[in-house]
Amino acid sequence: MKFAVVVFPGSNGDHDAHYAAKHVLGQEAEYVWHKDTSLGGADAVILPGGFAHGDYLRTGAIARFSPIMQEVKKFGEAGGPVLGICNGFQVLLEAGMLPGAMLRNRSVKFQCEHVIVKVEQTDTPFTLACRPGQLLRIPIAHGEGNYYAEPDVVARLEKNRQVVFRYTNAEGVATDNANPNGSVSNIAGLCSEARNVVGLMPHPERACELALGSADGLVMFESVVRAVGEAVGGHFSRTLLA
Amino acid sequence: MTSDPILLERHGLKPDEYQRIVDALHREPTLTELGIFSVMWSEHCSYKSSRVHLRTLPTTGPRVLQGPGENAGAVDIGDGLAAVFKIESHNHPSFIEPYQGAATGVGGIIRDIFTMGARPIALLNSLRFGPLDDPLVRRTFAGVVAGIGGYGNSIGIPTVGGEVGFDESYSGNPLVNVFCLGIARADDIIKGVASGAGNAVYYVGAKTGRDGIHGATMASAEFDEKSSEKRPAVQVGDPFMEKLLLEACLEVMKTGALIGIQDMGAAGLTCSTSEMGSRGGAGVEIDVSLVPQRETGMTPYEIMLSESQERMLMVVKRGREAEVEQIFEKWDLHAVRVGEVTTDGRLRVKNRGEVVAEIPNRALTDDAPVYRRPMAEPAYIKNAQQLSIASLGKPAASADAFNRLLGSPTIASKRWVYRQYDHMVRTNTLVLPGMGAGVVRVKGTRRALAMSVDCDGRFVYLDPFAGAQLAVAEAARNVACAGAQPIGATNCLNFGNPERPEIMWQFARAVEGMGAACRALEIPITGGNVSLYNETDGRAVLPTPVLGVVGLVENAERVVRRAFQGPGDVIVMLGDTREELGGSEYLKVIHGLIRGVPPALDLGREAALYRVLIAGAAAGLIRSAHDCSDGGFAVTLAECSIDTGFGAEVDLPAVPSSAAGFGDIATLFSESASRAVVSVSVEREAELLALASREGVPARRIGLVGGDRIRVAIDGRRVLDESLAVTQRIWTTAIGRYFEPARAIA
Repeated sequence: MKFAVVVFPGSNGDHDAHYAAKHVLGQEAEYVWHKDTSLGGADAVILPGGFAHGDYLRTGAIARFSPIMQEVKKFGEAGGPVLGICNGFQVLLEAGMLPGAMLRNRSVKFQCEHVIVKVEQTDTPFTLACRPGQLLRIPIAHGEGNYYAEPDVVARLEKNRQVVFRYTNAEGVATDNANPNGSVSNIAGLCSEARNVVGLMPHPERACELALGSADGLVMFESVVRAVGEAVGGHFSRTLLA
Repeated sequence: MTSDPILLERHGLKPDEYQRIVDALHREPTLTELGIFSVMWSEHCSYKSSRVHLRTLPTTGPRVLQGPGENAGAVDIGDGLAAVFKIESHNHPSFIEPYQGAATGVGGIIRDIFTMGARPIALLNSLRFGPLDDPLVRRTFAGVVAGIGGYGNSIGIPTVGGEVGFDESYSGNPLVNVFCLGIARADDIIKGVASGAGNAVYYVGAKTGRDGIHGATMASAEFDEKSSEKRPAVQVGDPFMEKLLLEACLEVMKTGALIGIQDMGAAGLTCSTSEMGSRGGAGVEIDVSLVPQRETGMTPYEIMLSESQERMLMVVKRGREAEVEQIFEKWDLHAVRVGEVTTDGRLRVKNRGEVVAEIPNRALTDDAPVYRRPMAEPAYIKNAQQLSIASLGKPAASADAFNRLLGSPTIASKRWVYRQYDHMVRTNTLVLPGMGAGVVRVKGTRRALAMSVDCDGRFVYLDPFAGAQLAVAEAARNVACAGAQPIGATNCLNFGNPERPEIMWQFARAVEGMGAACRALEIPITGGNVSLYNETDGRAVLPTPVLGVVGLVENAERVVRRAFQGPGDVIVMLGDTREELGGSEYLKVIHGLIRGVPPALDLGREAALYRVLIAGAAAGLIRSAHDCSDGGFAVTLAECSIDTGFGAEVDLPAVPSSAAGFGDIATLFSESASRAVVSVSVEREAELLALASREGVPARRIGLVGGDRIRVAIDGRRVLDESLAVTQRIWTTAIGRYFEPARAIA
């Protein structure tokens, strides 16, 4: 299969996502420049981490205006798997492809460290190879990862089972101590209602090899390879997961 | 008019220097020319006090591809690749404005690396502050850490290691030294040269503003109570702009359309034009009216001296201009043709066609003043070297000293610091920060690079020659512990005012020591930086010549970490411990003293230790290795246990002491050189001991990994029995507790 890794000016996780897809997984991967207007026939799209446009306004606020985002939206609306990692998640929020917003970490500091997230939903293209409730040890690296949404929005997310990843302790319990940034309901990652667009703050692409301290993130990439492989015509569709 | 004494003083020029300017030009300089001379002849740019000493350092070796004199040094790491690296100080700006001062320091060193055609893949830093009980120090410390993070995190280069130390002498003059390493194809290294008459000179990157004018001159003066008024001389960083510049420059370099490129760092446009011309034996002519400007009404003087960040000067091959412009266009950056290369060896500056400055390049660079400043051994040395252990009174209880040392910010965990740095981006980081040397793999090869920055200023203060040798040894030892062969080094020499003979003596002796150690250990110094005038109100910092050593690991899968790997492993002590408490952390923390002579260093034994560590790692024998230095054996053992949570039980032979009752202290806390604590599986213990014996390195089985306590006996008598959990808490919270409630530190 073929991954498209979108490169915004200021993206810095683009190489890492590309490396994970191409060299660790052995799949095809292409960079797509933010001014491009085609995803080049990719089967899955990754919006990587970084500081798109410097994040001087609000994280992801300018990136959503990049020409390529029209294509990413269309791709997502057609059911294509889209993964937003860290800054990519922030871009998905700003672009309205996922609900909610990011605030500064409650520590008011940038934090880089390994955290534990629980996979709560396995019917998304990025988690279908996970066991329900599987705990993943993957790193975070962000200053604004404190996810916020209005209570009614959070209630709807929970009801629709859109909370895909939650920060937990080693026992899988979503305690306040296990919440690195103050995110509401310990939310680390979400999916769209149609389940094919997924965003998360932790960096699975940084946890694909044991030499780097953890290979727990690999399962997310393996998931989408399987999802695409099982989908007719190379496109992911919800019915196949049901 | 330009010879007015007040005007000269404002430019940091002495009357005799002014006369030299007149002699070089055969006329009085214009104001713009005076400004240009003042920054190029400043200590920061000209190295006028240090140059005669730096010349004595070893800078060549079979792996050296680029020695000092370029934007950065480079060494061959095999597979047709080069490691390009350098360290630089940003001490003065960081004192004036901690966040921006530190951030722009990071920005500057990154530019030095990618101007060589290398992709930066790792950052380290070496920081010094006053004691954290001082609120002003806390503000500086927090600001510097946030600034380093703010820049490195955004641009996406991991900060993989470093060191932070605390001492009163740095209260009014923190040290912020930043190191960057990049990877280039050895054949594609690009230099800062201008050549080929008629080739276009391009200005790329951010616009020029009035910020940072005379930054280089500021960095060449001492501080006094008016220093905070110098804030306009500090620049503001824009990591996003630099990220664009980095990607655009690397893309342009791939086309082969460049002759040369140089960062506009200290002394901005002035330094880049004159240095590039001088290196290429050519002249450079520019028209400042073409320079993109952020503010209106800027004079040629201001444009030439501005230190606005994120700017580069490039010389493009004739006929390739459109190609280059197109790439910068893609990244939405300015690339403006501001002049061309000439044959006359002069820097000619025009403003709308009218010449406002014309100076022979060599007068600004190679022919800048060089001083052999007077030197005198400082009066304090003889007295400070006297240490009578007996006169210390009662020794501290071992457990008490152990806990206090682990809680000393210089020794304690720096997690509060490195948690604010992205240390994993680029997915190369094999050893996380806070575990000795930083280690990154080199993608596309089997190799990895280990790097460490080190210096114990107390040792250098007590004996600059020995102290500088110990700094080299510690940095190289850290790298060797990871299993890496040291292959190159860069230095950052932080000292006080060189116009004082005793400071100049410290400097000269330290450079001699550093050179001797690097020669003996075969580690060439490929470049670096000198930062003088590190004093406030006449009080100098501890002399701090920081050494950054880069080492090569042939097999990245065999990288060794400092933490114990599992219960049952045998703990082996490599090297001998003597009663060497001079300048130690024990003496400082427990007795409040900086006294005595630094530990003795035998460079032959030191090199033998590296051979054991490197061969032991390559053979997969050594399961963990940790340099035994700051805080001595007891602290080293605790650090090996803390990271992975495996306790230890050891029994050491007693070290003879010169004073009754101090035997335990000497055994536990002496900072004798050439030692490491390693672990090995029971099955391979004999193999390791045989390897050590072949190399003539003393090696002794001292105990086993396991349990949840740290238990140390001396000749069978238990002297420490501490809960690992408690030890861990003391060590991990020592810095964070100054800033926030315990919850956030956990």
